[in-house]
Amino acid sequence: MTTWPILSVVTFLPLFGALVIYISRGDDDAARSNSRWIALWTTLVTFAVSLILVWRFDATNPDFQFIEKASWLASGITYHMGVDGISLPFVILTTALMPFCIIASWKSVTIRVREYMMAFLLLETLMIGTFSALDLVLFYLFFEGGLIPMFLIIGVWGGPRRVYASFKFFLYTLLGSVLMLLAIMALYWNAGTTDIPTLMHTAVPRSLQTWAWLAFFASFAVKMPMWPVHTWLPDAHVEAPTAGSVILAAILLKMGGYGFLRFSLPMFPLASHDFAWIIFSLSAIAIIYTSLVALMQEDIKKLIAYSSVAHMGFVTMGIFAGTTQGVAGGVFQMISHGIVSGALFLCVGIVYDRMHTREIAAYGGLVNRMPLYALVFMVFTMANVGLPGTSGFVGEFMTLIGTFKVSIPTATFATFGVILSAGYALWLYRKVVFGTLTKPALASIKDLTFREGLMLFPLVFLTILFGVYPKPVLDMSAASVQQLVNNYNTAVTAVKAAALIQ
Amino acid sequence: MVQAIVFLPLLGAILAGLIAIFGAHARNPSGDTVEHHDDGHHGHDAHAQASAAHDDHGHDDHGHDDHHVSEPAAAGSRAAELITTCLLMISAGLSWVTLVDVGFMHHDARIALFPWINSGDLQVAWSLRVDTLTAVMLVVVNTVSALVHLYSIGYMDEDPHRPRFFAYLSLFTFAMLMLVTSDNLVQMFFGWEGVGLASYLLIGFWYQKPSANAAAIKAFVVNRVGDFGFALGIFAVFMLLKSTDFETIFAGAPGLAGKTIDVFGWHADALTLTCLLLFMGAMGKSAQFLLHTWLPDAMEGPTPVSALIHAATMVTAGVFMVARLSPLFELAPNAQAVVMFFGATTAFFAATIGLVQNDIKRIVAYSTCSQLGYMFVAMGAGAYSVGIFHLFTHAFFKALLFLGSGSVIYAMHHEQDIRNMGGLKDRIPFTYIVMVIGTLALTGFPLTAGYFSKDAIIESAFVSHNPFAMYGFLMTVVAAGLTSFYSWRLIFKTFHGEPHDQEHYEAAHEAPLWMLVPIGVLAAGSILAGFPFKELFAGHGVAEFFRESLKMHPNIIEEMHHIPAWIAYLPTVMMVVGAYISYVFYIRRPYLPVELANQHPMLYQFLLNKWYFDELYDLIFVRPAKWIGHFLWKKGDGYVIDGFGPDGISARVLDVTRNVVKIQTGYLYHYAFAMLIGVAGLITWFMFGLGGQ
Repeated sequence: MTTWPILSVVTFLPLFGALVIYISRGDDDAARSNSRWIALWTTLVTFAVSLILVWRFDATNPDFQFIEKASWLASGITYHMGVDGISLPFVILTTALMPFCIIASWKSVTIRVREYMMAFLLLETLMIGTFSALDLVLFYLFFEGGLIPMFLIIGVWGGPRRVYASFKFFLYTLLGSVLMLLAIMALYWNAGTTDIPTLMHTAVPRSLQTWAWLAFFASFAVKMPMWPVHTWLPDAHVEAPTAGSVILAAILLKMGGYGFLRFSLPMFPLASHDFAWIIFSLSAIAIIYTSLVALMQEDIKKLIAYSSVAHMGFVTMGIFAGTTQGVAGGVFQMISHGIVSGALFLCVGIVYDRMHTREIAAYGGLVNRMPLYALVFMVFTMANVGLPGTSGFVGEFMTLIGTFKVSIPTATFATFGVILSAGYALWLYRKVVFGTLTKPALASIKDLTFREGLMLFPLVFLTILFGVYPKPVLDMSAASVQQLVNNYNTAVTAVKAAALIQ
Repeated sequence: MVQAIVFLPLLGAILAGLIAIFGAHARNPSGDTVEHHDDGHHGHDAHAQASAAHDDHGHDDHGHDDHHVSEPAAAGSRAAELITTCLLMISAGLSWVTLVDVGFMHHDARIALFPWINSGDLQVAWSLRVDTLTAVMLVVVNTVSALVHLYSIGYMDEDPHRPRFFAYLSLFTFAMLMLVTSDNLVQMFFGWEGVGLASYLLIGFWYQKPSANAAAIKAFVVNRVGDFGFALGIFAVFMLLKSTDFETIFAGAPGLAGKTIDVFGWHADALTLTCLLLFMGAMGKSAQFLLHTWLPDAMEGPTPVSALIHAATMVTAGVFMVARLSPLFELAPNAQAVVMFFGATTAFFAATIGLVQNDIKRIVAYSTCSQLGYMFVAMGAGAYSVGIFHLFTHAFFKALLFLGSGSVIYAMHHEQDIRNMGGLKDRIPFTYIVMVIGTLALTGFPLTAGYFSKDAIIESAFVSHNPFAMYGFLMTVVAAGLTSFYSWRLIFKTFHGEPHDQEHYEAAHEAPLWMLVPIGVLAAGSILAGFPFKELFAGHGVAEFFRESLKMHPNIIEEMHHIPAWIAYLPTVMMVVGAYISYVFYIRRPYLPVELANQHPMLYQFLLNKWYFDELYDLIFVRPAKWIGHFLWKKGDGYVIDGFGPDGISARVLDVTRNVVKIQTGYLYHYAFAMLIGVAGLITWFMFGLGGQ
């Protein structure tokens, strides 16, 4: 079908850009400006190339496409890349958001600009690789590799408590990953290959399923993050630079959900079914618990971080409901949350760049001087609340409706999140944007610049477009989701039938 | 034509919104630095040269419906006003045409627009459905909205943010139209939350007032509590019937009789549970008992907003929803009983609070709450068309009362306390006359619009077979008396007697024509909307007029025509009694109410403080939520998870290393001794452990 390895190009193009920046040495203003422009053009070109994927993608085919395969390590471990309807949206989300991150860092990052841009480009390669790797070892490499640039971004360009936050982030995620590595080895010994498509069609013995599921769960639950291993996220978000927060919320969190969809559900359907109640309980707890905690936050970024945990609760709940709407809703919710939470962090970054504080109490009455900002922030607040007509609604609604069929209590408790999210999001908006502008420090604050408008208005457009017409995303993933759900249900029913016969 | 009706207001909202945002942007410079904005990299200087005169403006903290301003109106205000108002006028005109077309010519329409959420068996599309029920709502919404737009041109003439205001008004209208034309539950939910958003924006329109912001949030969050039920109801419907389209639901509903849903170990009747969940949404939107607390606070918004959203249209969405889902509710008599119970309770409860309030808008707001209760009584009785009839007439006279109150407030320079008014009938005679007309209609004076619809509701409650029928009947009859009392109290205290605030009284003047024309039209409607429509909504024409759009309780209309005569006269008697007591209290013997209040301080305070619901909710919901949130954050996340998780582990690791460091003393014989112990231990283990095998 394709004559050139398009997926690898998309994956490694950012790395190439990072190399170019590395080669162009110097640390004067010109070099900084150069590295910014190189990074921006690299991400833009990557995005453009990734659109070819969308263009050539056959949405009716549930299997992997754009397959590339080359022998690599020992037998059974290959360089195997490909995307299906579940991973392609994430690839596009990554490539689409990266230019915004570069633009967001345009002026706020002034030290070690070259290194910063290189870290971001490297991170992009690793993230795209995670979503398109079709070999467990390759996946693991990308998945874990992504930790390093993120660790550096938080640790070097972060806020005052950056070292604590970056170590917390690193250790939390690494601990989970070690268990996943063990599970990967076990799978290799079981099937003799680490090829993901092969493994998806290999029946895994029940006992292995159970503990392999748990090992993968440890890694993905931290990444997601699910309650109670979520506490690294608020700290990491608070300390990370704006673009770091955007990537963290928009893409890195999605790796957990993607992992559940790619590994847990198809490879260990029985364990997934057995443990669904754990996921349901943790998701429902996460939604209510973190929403309540978000109500009381004093730091804007922390509030949004906690609300992210709550929104990820909808995702895990929907995925493990194992229904078409649940899984498709989970995918959609992740994409939507990627856009919305990324945009919210950009919004925070905009006022942070001006005022250098994230204290909610330091703001108030911004609408008086920043009407454009108020409008944009309102759209994303409403999307965060899940107002119909914004993309946030579609994801929440689908995951809830998909879960309701399976577990009424879970869906009921999760729906409480609908009330609470309105509480904390509107409270934040009121404290920051509404009211009179009395604080002297804010008296000369100014509205969005062209650069800032450039990164926010496309996201406003997407938020509303996907809220009114989510078909592009839903259709892209529909076939793959349907296949996943069918296989899952077949496996579960088969076991139930067998149990009945005995 | 239907598309035009629905989307013209959206077009208006977008245009006015653009005018508002461009205007606002021109007034406020952009830039990403705070101290000095000369950084040369933002290529947006064209906008940056706008006036800095904006800095020192300020809406002071005024506690009233107020819009004193010191800044100039936004550019393009007039254009925004005219665009939105004209578009709404067109929509309103087309709506009447549609009513005739659908109601009498039977040209029902269902127009598919484009797909929305498609996933597996969940197929939701954007579509427009027009049957008689919808057509009636289109008329109500667009007529009142067009008049309110027109009125606002006058009422808001001093406000600098008029383009934004008109954008919000039109946005609201669009959302409401999406709600009433929806062909499935999800699109209805879209409209439902959309009107919630518009209501939030409009209540908080004067965003510099803290009370307005608080009221806006309260309205949104309390509505969300109702939406919680609505959403669960949609999920239940989808689980049971695999669809959210009305046609499919209504066709499949009879097959659900006897089915149960297992909820938390309790086998609930599927239809009853679903209807109750959906009704919970209706309770939130229509401010029914327990979820009513947001409506009085919503009066913080500009008065035209109160007339449009919180009287005539949005709050009736709950009634509309129950009517739309009448095929479901007819199959769930227990749910109907609950509907009637809440309706009757609200009708009575809100009326008692209305007796003692002193804010002119809050009196009318509680009156709205009470009248919505009436509508739900009709819904519970299965007389859906009668409830819709009251919705229809109520829209006219309640919008009239609100806009009339707005005219009073305008005349009194934003004074809202009726204790400071009095004698205004000589200063603003036109307003006085229309307010009296509105009051006559509200209290059900014979031959006014309210007379036909309200009496029909009370009759339907009397003949219904609902377990709460007698309760509903008694409550609505008593409430009729209370309504008459508080309505006339408002008139007497505002327009009669001696002026209490001479300065404002002297300055009071009649409102401009922009405002008087809409009030006049509504006054005409308050008289004319009753008799000509009586047969269609509450008589023998119901089946012919509404056809499939409502599933009435069989025979209820017939039974309503065979009630004892004293039942038919009872509401009118109550109305006269209420008016007479009011007359005695506030004209003949004005000292009486004070004495009464002093004799029963407990009762008076109880009513004045609205049955203490706000305090109760604060105590049992708001504070615990905040306390738990704080507790979970500090103790849950901070102490337990982090304490035993990452922080605890790293602290333990540090402890261990610190102790290990202590062992390293530097003395050779310490190390030698330790090695010796180790060697001894190893040998022992090999000999008795491994070696022993």
